[in-house]
Amino acid sequence: MSLIPDDLKYTKDHEWVRMETDLIACCGITDHAQEMLTDIVFVELPEINAEVKSGEQIAVVESVKAVSDVFSPVSGRILEINKTLEDSPELVNTSPYGEGWICKIEIKNPREMNDLMDASAYNSHVEAGD
Amino acid sequence: MTKLIFEKHGKGKNKFRVPDFGVKDNDVIPDKFKNSSVDLPDVNEVDVVRHYTNLSSLNFGVDRAMYPLGSCTMKHNPRINEKISSLMQFSALHPMCGDTLSQGALQVIHELSVYLSAITGMSAFSLAPAAGSHGELTGVMIIKKYFEEIGEKRDKIIIPDSAHGTNPASVAMCGFKILEAPSNQEGDVDLDKLSGMIDGSVAAMMLTSPNTLGLFDRNILKISEMLHANGSVFYADGANLNAVIGTARMKDMGFDIMHINLHKTFSTPHGGGGPGSGPVGVVEKFVKYLPVPFVREEGGKYALDYNRPDSIGRVHSFYGNFLVALKSYAYIRTLGPEGIRDISRISVLNANYLRSRLMKEFNLPINRTCMHEFVLNDKDIPNHVTTNDLAKRLLDYGYHAPTVYFPLLIPGAMMIEPTETEGKDSLDEFVDAMIKIKKEASDNPEIILGAPHTTPVRRVDAVAAARNPILKWQE
Repeated sequence: MSLIPDDLKYTKDHEWVRMETDLIACCGITDHAQEMLTDIVFVELPEINAEVKSGEQIAVVESVKAVSDVFSPVSGRILEINKTLEDSPELVNTSPYGEGWICKIEIKNPREMNDLMDASAYNSHVEAGD
Repeated sequence: MTKLIFEKHGKGKNKFRVPDFGVKDNDVIPDKFKNSSVDLPDVNEVDVVRHYTNLSSLNFGVDRAMYPLGSCTMKHNPRINEKISSLMQFSALHPMCGDTLSQGALQVIHELSVYLSAITGMSAFSLAPAAGSHGELTGVMIIKKYFEEIGEKRDKIIIPDSAHGTNPASVAMCGFKILEAPSNQEGDVDLDKLSGMIDGSVAAMMLTSPNTLGLFDRNILKISEMLHANGSVFYADGANLNAVIGTARMKDMGFDIMHINLHKTFSTPHGGGGPGSGPVGVVEKFVKYLPVPFVREEGGKYALDYNRPDSIGRVHSFYGNFLVALKSYAYIRTLGPEGIRDISRISVLNANYLRSRLMKEFNLPINRTCMHEFVLNDKDIPNHVTTNDLAKRLLDYGYHAPTVYFPLLIPGAMMIEPTETEGKDSLDEFVDAMIKIKKEASDNPEIILGAPHTTPVRRVDAVAAARNPILKWQE
């Protein structure tokens, strides 16, 4: 059973969002996503200051099994990226909600957060096998 | 582990002497390009022969056992094709000979194009592209040129999520944007979502038919109607053509442009086995855009035609991989129309036989009659044994693994394609091995998790291989 913390928001594509302030969202991929991908060997990070729209591809994670796109959960501007993942992509496996975060986004429209799933909705989404 | 040839090096082992050619050194080569020695291993002849003979015995291929890899029709290639393509009259023919001295070769190219047209319903084929992906690129270049010529700005191409992975790459190479059309629960393109995507900016849709789930899209005529009503081009990725040849024609399904992988459908080696060939076929209105040169026949004489002002131009030096085309020509001529029809019938029958036996033991995410291949997954395997583990264990039973974790839309996918060349006994033996592994998964999962046990190299560390690859020999 994968870990789904209560205090985060989730997308159907298995990204998570943690609000650090009212306007700064920290994002990554969920424990379920990393379990499905298995050992991650490479993460391609977004560019700082890039403007992104929700649902747009912002990063790529490559595992021994497949290469997958990571989609932005919200619209805004990339503020910070987790450079550590360039040398230690395995952090996405060992700590998907902590050291394995991918980027921080300054969000444009806080109302978009309402479109994301809470932990229990995401749990049902995972159990439905989507 | 087998030693590398460099590890068998020993100074003076090679007793071969190169005679003095008596050529005067007239110093035309600048000193900076001269090496005092070449970094090659010093090994004697018999050790070289033994080294490579031993390596070849570690190889796995269809000549050893069944190769159920899906989406990669890796079938047995009848030896007669090889025999014909190695005839001196073809293999020693120089491409600069000119039309007059190359009539036989040009006739083969022309007749093969005619056969491919008859099989698919297309009006003409170019055999120039050297691979399936190269054929896709050529096809998309034709689409681009067509819209430029009629003066319409269309910058998007639709590709379903069940398509071959090379399709988006070919589209992006030509500067088009990609729209991904989702599949529905039954593995067909979701028509509602598709109709929401089709507008004046859509140049074409590329459909892999049958798709990577091994399924024939039941709405294909409807899709073709929707595209044509919008002035868009319908492109067929024909990599899975072996499922329909002799039975159904791509033109009749509404396709306008397609490519064929001769190395998948028409029995020529591929992968490490040799160069490929990805002929592109088109309906009448796109014939003028086909690459140059184009082989033309007039009163029994053949010529390479370069005078085609609307052509997209050259896509390959000379005329593609001719000897590959020759093998396919030999294959079609030995089978004849009835034999060609048997390919699709037997490959579909074989796949469905395997599917119906294996679905009793393994989860079949989309339960439909399949075409030439089908996709299982690891959902019903006990003790957390995964597709990857099962694939490794199959090696111990003497089989190559199926295609794993593709297509991406099925988690834990195992894509199995037996092809028409396997008999019932060999299909049954494969099913027996799969059932044994399933039983091991419940009784003795350790043996699977540690597999393979009998191969020259045991389970490889895939993470280390991806992150710290050693790409050349070093001391």
